[in-house]
Amino acid sequence: MEDLSLHILDIAQNSIAAEASRIEITIREDIRKDLLSIEITDNGAGLDSDTVSRVTDPFYTTRKTRDVGLGLALFNEAVESSNGNLTIKSQKGKGTKVKATFQFSNIDRRPMGNIGETLLVLIIGNPKISFSFLYQKNSKKFSFDTELIKNSINGHLQSSSENIRFIAGTLNDGLKNLGVSA
Amino acid sequence: MPKITPKDLARIREKSRQSTTLREGAGRAKVTVHMGTCGIAAGARDIMSALMKEVESRDVKDVLVTTSGCAGLCSREPMITVELLDQPPIKYVDLTKEKMQKIFEDHVMNGNIVNEYALAVGSERAH
Repeated sequence: MEDLSLHILDIAQNSIAAEASRIEITIREDIRKDLLSIEITDNGAGLDSDTVSRVTDPFYTTRKTRDVGLGLALFNEAVESSNGNLTIKSQKGKGTKVKATFQFSNIDRRPMGNIGETLLVLIIGNPKISFSFLYQKNSKKFSFDTELIKNSINGHLQSSSENIRFIAGTLNDGLKNLGVSA
Repeated sequence: MPKITPKDLARIREKSRQSTTLREGAGRAKVTVHMGTCGIAAGARDIMSALMKEVESRDVKDVLVTTSGCAGLCSREPMITVELLDQPPIKYVDLTKEKMQKIFEDHVMNGNIVNEYALAVGSERAH
């Protein structure tokens, strides 16, 4: 994976596979603390403690179709190479929280990449799931919740041209104001 | 009345499965971008963006754009499945933005399968 926004897309796909109805993504940049954190929380099927302890092993997967599962293993590698830490908390039947921290200034920390595109793909591609997103950059914040726009897009296909334009525009404006490339 | 054979049943089942899927979203066509780790690493997000751009720029209102997990052929990602109402699903592999644009124009808008990019025609069911 080239950047962190692709990892976020990948981890959120795990939540979708776990049949989550709500996914919350929080990104915080704190330059004073030299810290970048990414949190992805879902209310999906959850994992038991034995599975949680093995998910960053590339040769472990819950799928039956093959013997490798690379998503969290690759994310863990991106975290560890930039002096960071990955924690996964999960409860069967309740959901999962994946939290990654990175040393912001670390030369090996991957760039954020196009987080706006990641969010747009998640929202448009999964109309039945509600997404909440918070990006905090030092003291500035941008938040977006699909629950709040549900009424304005009702009656249309989520992937209709109007909705794509509306959601992309809202995300781009918010991230631009924050000084984040979208 | 002629006897219904297992083949007929399979055909009926496939037909109703497709039309149900499309009716649920009230769309004429459904395009699924495969977004497993393999797909994302190979560029599936760019393919989805190219697809959304086509929908947006053509002002399309009846094409359902969605995502799914790995389809099981990681080496042929990025991959999409195109389903038109009453037609079998088509899987396209090794995609680029340009190929996505051509598939949208030829298959999604005009109903002509782009054979040179297609992996297979028909459902994934093993007989």
